Amino acid sequence: MAAYLVRRVLLMISLLLILSVAVFLLFNMLPGDPARLTCGKSCTEAVIEQNRQRLGYDDPPLTQYVKFMSGIFTGRVFSPESPEPIVCAAPCLGYSFNRHEQVLSLIVRAAPVTFWLAIGAFIIWIAVGVSLGIFAALRRGRWPDRLVLGVSLIGYSLPSFFFGLLLMFFVVIQWQWLPYPSYVSPFEDPVGFLQTMILPWIVLAILYAAFYMRLTRNQVLEVFNDDFVRTARAKGLPERTVVVKHALRAGLTPIVTAAGLDLAGLLGGAIISENIFNLPGLGALSVESITNSDLPLITGITLLTASLIIVANFIVDLLYAVVDPRVRLV
Amino acid sequence: MRQPDSLRQTETVVPEPYLAVNNLSVSFPSEDGVVHAVDGVSLSVVRGKTLAVVGESGSGKSVTALAVMGLINRKSATVTGEVWLDGEELVGMNDSSVRKLRGSKMAMIFQDPMSSLHPFYRVGAQLSEAARVHRRISKAAARAEAIEMLHRVGIPAPKRRVDDYPHQLSGGMRQRVMIAMALINSPALLIADEPTTALDVTVQAQILDLIAKLQDEFNTAVILITHDLGIVADVADDVAVMYAARVVEAAPTERLYASPEMPYTLGLLASIPRMDRRTDRLDPIKGNPPSPLKHPSGCVFHPRCKYTDRVPNGACMEIRPELLLSEPDHLVRCHIPSPERHEIATEALDALSAKAAVAGADL
Repeated sequence: MAAYLVRRVLLMISLLLILSVAVFLLFNMLPGDPARLTCGKSCTEAVIEQNRQRLGYDDPPLTQYVKFMSGIFTGRVFSPESPEPIVCAAPCLGYSFNRHEQVLSLIVRAAPVTFWLAIGAFIIWIAVGVSLGIFAALRRGRWPDRLVLGVSLIGYSLPSFFFGLLLMFFVVIQWQWLPYPSYVSPFEDPVGFLQTMILPWIVLAILYAAFYMRLTRNQVLEVFNDDFVRTARAKGLPERTVVVKHALRAGLTPIVTAAGLDLAGLLGGAIISENIFNLPGLGALSVESITNSDLPLITGITLLTASLIIVANFIVDLLYAVVDPRVRLV
Repeated sequence: MRQPDSLRQTETVVPEPYLAVNNLSVSFPSEDGVVHAVDGVSLSVVRGKTLAVVGESGSGKSVTALAVMGLINRKSATVTGEVWLDGEELVGMNDSSVRKLRGSKMAMIFQDPMSSLHPFYRVGAQLSEAARVHRRISKAAARAEAIEMLHRVGIPAPKRRVDDYPHQLSGGMRQRVMIAMALINSPALLIADEPTTALDVTVQAQILDLIAKLQDEFNTAVILITHDLGIVADVADDVAVMYAARVVEAAPTERLYASPEMPYTLGLLASIPRMDRRTDRLDPIKGNPPSPLKHPSGCVFHPRCKYTDRVPNGACMEIRPELLLSEPDHLVRCHIPSPERHEIATEALDALSAKAAVAGADL
């Protein structure tokens, strides 16, 4: 077990390193001049050249990468000789010259919004998706099952931007049941927070819940055909015990994996929901960084999102070993 | 487990069967039509005796067992007929009453011990659960019973094994656990559905011996479902042969082996591989079992039967034969007149041993 943990952590670190190289190369070595992107359209060639030197874009790729990586641990100073050097304190994930702010502090500011959005949606989609999935499986082939499958199909095929805009239009603008969304921290104004978040939660949850309904239903139906469920019945257990303790216990475990990875993916930002509902989260931030060609910011967000998924994968594997005794961490 | 003949003859009172199945039918609606999985099956077994139900896959033997146990979902299937267990009729009984009998008065073990135990719970927990659902005993007492049962089914170091997960045990050990679980409430009826099919040959005999030993201890009525006529001869008191959802022949084991009457049974006996008979090739029954969706008219076996020309007017193709008494304890479903059936059987068995003798002479 200890050996496994050490090995997994080492593996994770090397994966992150490879990932950082890939992301760095992808965004910095692609055609397109990062130096040109640091200033607007009116830039002169002289300014571009100056910026290139100040920001280190004239260094060979390897040097650039080493500077980038060491910046995470020691911080960085751009253009140290100039009268106003740009200081990027450790841990420096890069510096957005566009916004004149450290990438990390931009991310730290946006992350809580995305976190609350993802967690709220996660709770709703798991609660709704899994319970309706079980409900449908237990009534297989009858009208409640068909209803759930139909709802799931609609939820799955409903484009979330359209549904989000629809909700926004009717609930906020037409009927004015909710104020225009403007993010506040749940600790400052819980009511305002809920009023802002409820619609994006619903929009996001519907998409995932639709998928989880089907996933759960199929898992549970499959497990009902398993021999050990027949054994449970043959023992004379009440149907309730057969379903809950025997069938669901086995049928729902794979959902742990799916849910963990989906949540991690969402923590990297929900682009559509955040944009429709004016939430300043990571999704909105990445869209802005792309439209502004803010390379350091794109690189930072991508790295962070990918790391989240790697870590989530690790946690899911650990969880799985807790849930399923057959899985041994060696 | 078979009692010596001398003992059997001194029995004056015929014991009431512990389980009596009368005219049981099970049918499932399907997209292609109604599947008659079991059609008018009658069986009975007394305590301490073993009834073997023999037949090819799809002949309805497992469905019969599941129907007896009340494990056929009545929403997706129609079950008719009577199942009498210790004086109670189960088909008309409500689900929760049947449930209370499952695991207490009747128990079942299945073909594949690899998948029949829950992978997430410890062996001990699964055994205790079986005890505690039917009896009000403490967890500690149930655990002690679980260990005791593991010991009785021959699992070494039961105190340690009780905390194992199923995947930590071999297939044979798992089947022993299944048997321990089935017998923990001392049921008087044990249904074993192909209990050795998934196991290594060396383990098969051990499991059958174990079932026989525990049958003696608990005075259990055993129904052994199998397609393996080779093991039937060793363990069963009576045999019922099933074909296409029906019982086609039923008799005490020795009688069935010595003078089978239904051509299908003959075919089965001819196709047993035997070490003491060196034959060049097995003699399989020609053709395939009929589709459960559309059973043949007349005798369900007629398309594969070699002897239909012995019956006048093509009755085999048109009239469904009844299961009738040929001898006081021998039931046969066949149109061929009884004396002629004996003739056919004698010929066939002689041919079989002649072939064996010829093959033996070659040695």
